[in-house]
Amino acid sequence: MNLRMMMRIFAYILLVEAALMLPPALISLFLHEHASMLAFFMSMGIILAIAGVMFLISRKADGRRFYAREGLVTTGISWILLGALGCLPFYLSGAIPSYVDALFEMVSGFTTTGSSILKNVEILPKGVLWWRSFSHWVGGMGVLVFLMAIVSLSGKNQGFGLHIMRSESPGPAVGKMVPRIKDTSKILYWIYTGLTVINIILLKLGGLSFFDSCCLAFGTAGTGGFGLLNDSFASYSPYIQYVTTLFMLLFSVNFSVYYLILLKKFKAAFGDEEFKLFWAMVFVATTLIVINVRPLYSTLEETIRHSAFTVGTLMSTTGYATTDFDLWPSFSKAIVVLLMFCGACAGSTGGGFKQIRLLLLWRSLRRNIHTSLHPSEVRAICVNKRPIDEHILHNTHAYLVAYVIIVIISVLVISLDGFSFETNFTAVMATLNNIGPGLAQVGPTCNFSGYSDFSKLVLTADMLAGRLEIYPMLILLSRSTWKRAR
Amino acid sequence: MKILIAGAGKVGRALTDELSSEGHDITLIDMNSRVLEDAVGMYDVITLQGNSASKAVLEEAGVQNMDLLIAATNADEVNLLAVITAKALNPNIHTIARIRNPEYVEQARSMRDVFALSLVINPELQAAQEIARLLKYPGFLKRETFAKARVEIVELKVFKGSRLINIQLKSLSGVTRSQVLVAAVLRGGEAIMPDGNFVIKEDDRLFVTGAPDQLHEMLIHLGIINMPVNHVIMAGGGKISYYLAEELHKSHIATSIIEIDADKCRELAEQLPYSTIIHGDVSDRSTLDSEDIGDYDASVSLTGMDELNIVTSLYAHMHNVPNIVTKLGRGNDGDLIENMPIGSVICPKELCTMHIVRYVRAMQTKTGAALSVHRIADGRIEAIEFRADHDTRHLGEKLKHVKTKKNALIVSITHGTHTEIPNGESIFQEGDTVVVITNRDSKISQLNDIFEDGLS
Repeated sequence: MNLRMMMRIFAYILLVEAALMLPPALISLFLHEHASMLAFFMSMGIILAIAGVMFLISRKADGRRFYAREGLVTTGISWILLGALGCLPFYLSGAIPSYVDALFEMVSGFTTTGSSILKNVEILPKGVLWWRSFSHWVGGMGVLVFLMAIVSLSGKNQGFGLHIMRSESPGPAVGKMVPRIKDTSKILYWIYTGLTVINIILLKLGGLSFFDSCCLAFGTAGTGGFGLLNDSFASYSPYIQYVTTLFMLLFSVNFSVYYLILLKKFKAAFGDEEFKLFWAMVFVATTLIVINVRPLYSTLEETIRHSAFTVGTLMSTTGYATTDFDLWPSFSKAIVVLLMFCGACAGSTGGGFKQIRLLLLWRSLRRNIHTSLHPSEVRAICVNKRPIDEHILHNTHAYLVAYVIIVIISVLVISLDGFSFETNFTAVMATLNNIGPGLAQVGPTCNFSGYSDFSKLVLTADMLAGRLEIYPMLILLSRSTWKRAR
Repeated sequence: MKILIAGAGKVGRALTDELSSEGHDITLIDMNSRVLEDAVGMYDVITLQGNSASKAVLEEAGVQNMDLLIAATNADEVNLLAVITAKALNPNIHTIARIRNPEYVEQARSMRDVFALSLVINPELQAAQEIARLLKYPGFLKRETFAKARVEIVELKVFKGSRLINIQLKSLSGVTRSQVLVAAVLRGGEAIMPDGNFVIKEDDRLFVTGAPDQLHEMLIHLGIINMPVNHVIMAGGGKISYYLAEELHKSHIATSIIEIDADKCRELAEQLPYSTIIHGDVSDRSTLDSEDIGDYDASVSLTGMDELNIVTSLYAHMHNVPNIVTKLGRGNDGDLIENMPIGSVICPKELCTMHIVRYVRAMQTKTGAALSVHRIADGRIEAIEFRADHDTRHLGEKLKHVKTKKNALIVSITHGTHTEIPNGESIFQEGDTVVVITNRDSKISQLNDIFEDGLS
């Protein structure tokens, strides 16, 4: 394995992370939040020192031997490093006194989960709040993708950027939009930034302060879910809630759709089957919930608003809440859990199992039924009128298996803490799908602080596995990854 | 530039590698999604699965905004159809098509006009011409020509007992009695750009520049046997063999071809009445022995299997055949075969790739841009030909007053018809052709790039 080159990439990642800590540090400086300012600058110092050592080690890095395996391992370790060092400001400033809690909170931020162990968010210093929300924005599109857009890591080595991008970007078949990986990353980030800015402006027009608009927009854009108030979104105006519903859904659409729209290829953009499935599911789920929960709310508008917001927050895997859906009737709660699983579109900032995988599994199942009736039938599975390669289907099946196994093991392990099955199961679903709140003891009005440190670490690993789509994390545990060929 | 490459075969992939690392945006089309999957993992390109002659596929690839289409699928007809379709969608596109069926060679020129092709390439014909050039003037392992054939860079291996061993480069002219310059040396897999104190050792591979007559002079004084080739034996009866037999026939060199497939033999016998076609298996020693391989002046291994070609050439070497040429289809694994006595190595894929790369570079008409580029020393060193124009700096200054970059070396200056090996007193003027060698890491794309005082 090309450890030197990986080290070089880690060093770059840490440089980026240190640079990203500068704005919250300055915010703390201007608002005279001495403890957090000091914590930010100390963390930056530590991170830069580690990055420096890594640069020294990786002086003779050779980028030519960099393949899928290196890409996966690099992504896995990069994200662990990001979390482990990114949480230093929380820990050092005393905002979160326990390191495991700080790690949980940070990983929850970078993986755009939004699960929190904090009981009272409102007392946090502004700098720390900014860092918490901004981590969603960074994690949403991916740090490595960002790195790909700003530096030319690849000189002679050519395809290796793709191995990294594939392992960081969600979806079963990650492709490029333009020939160069650097240009592809740039386009992604421009679309991302553009949409975020529009969101900030719309929130600002709704009467929020600039700081609040930014933080909330970061959380929406990355489909994260860290709020600024203890009741998340419940006390904001209906306008803010509608805007956020819309943007949560917009950020869960495959970004290549926006690129096609920019290229004025509207037919290809709106004809995308995953895109259509996503909106159909949003519509059906909202309608069913509206009918089911109508008696709980006074006006129809309020019912629709809360239902749509909840569907948006769960399908985009954001995790904001305007209402406590834990109090809904069990039919709606069942839909909530189902939506948690389904998730957003591939190539978006959202998490979950991904719509395209559902589509592939559904069609693959239909084909199996067909072939059991006509055993010698040959049939290709198509999406968007293009045949899907069999190995992508195999990977999708394997992904489902890996997903289920992780859910089962995680639920088993955290059940040791003694919470109800509903709590444990939805806690795992909420973290593995990068949503945030679950039901019962981890519902929208509660948080994850009740779990033991061990369970928190398990859930932290689930969040990483969910964000990176399992393989980069599983591969770190595999012995053959580290074995030297003799 | 935006370049569309149709066909991800050997040539398609080599082109992708080359052009993508030169900074062009490449879109690669192929029917086989597996091949594309491999390519996208290796090169920074976008791929599209489909028939490259289909309008829908070309449109999806965005041919409307492309600057160049290189059609290199394995079917000539598909290549031509792709070119026509692309031209219909984008009249301004440049097109290069690979046409390699011998039956079409005659009409290649007329096809160029009819289909408005910018360039027609035929790797096999090119390889055959290259081999013919080596065989017509034997003595060198490889020769690259510059400045309308007024300068050449030739490759020479220092064998045991050579007069060159232990000679310092600054006293080289005493041995060779000719105006030549050792531009680069390959020693133990490493490419060196030597200075005057460099001492030549056994097994070095020298890359020598000079005017053709001077290089000839050198060979005579080195006592390298320079007997004309009269009779060539070829292993394998493929397209290259056919072209080579034709080419050598023009120079009245007799050829024998050994081919394993009986039908192919009959076909060749009809097409090449002046050649001796032998039906036999090259991998079987008795076939080569019964032909008395040792009696030939030259052996050329051209079968479709690289391993067999290497073995056949080794066998020819054992029988003291003076000139040996080995074709390697997969590519030149320089360091692996460096010390094998298999003579000149010809790689059709590389020849054709470099030809196209030269065309692409010429398309970007920058002032002082490279006229042509050749790879020497297993591709580790590039020899680039420039024309000095009025934008070139340091015109008319003596070279000893001009600082050039450490990794760039001017190896020849051609004024009109006269070629000079430069020294400190040399100057170059507008209109001169200058050949520069440089290692591949340096970014030299125009003549002014070689000067130390940097960017213009």
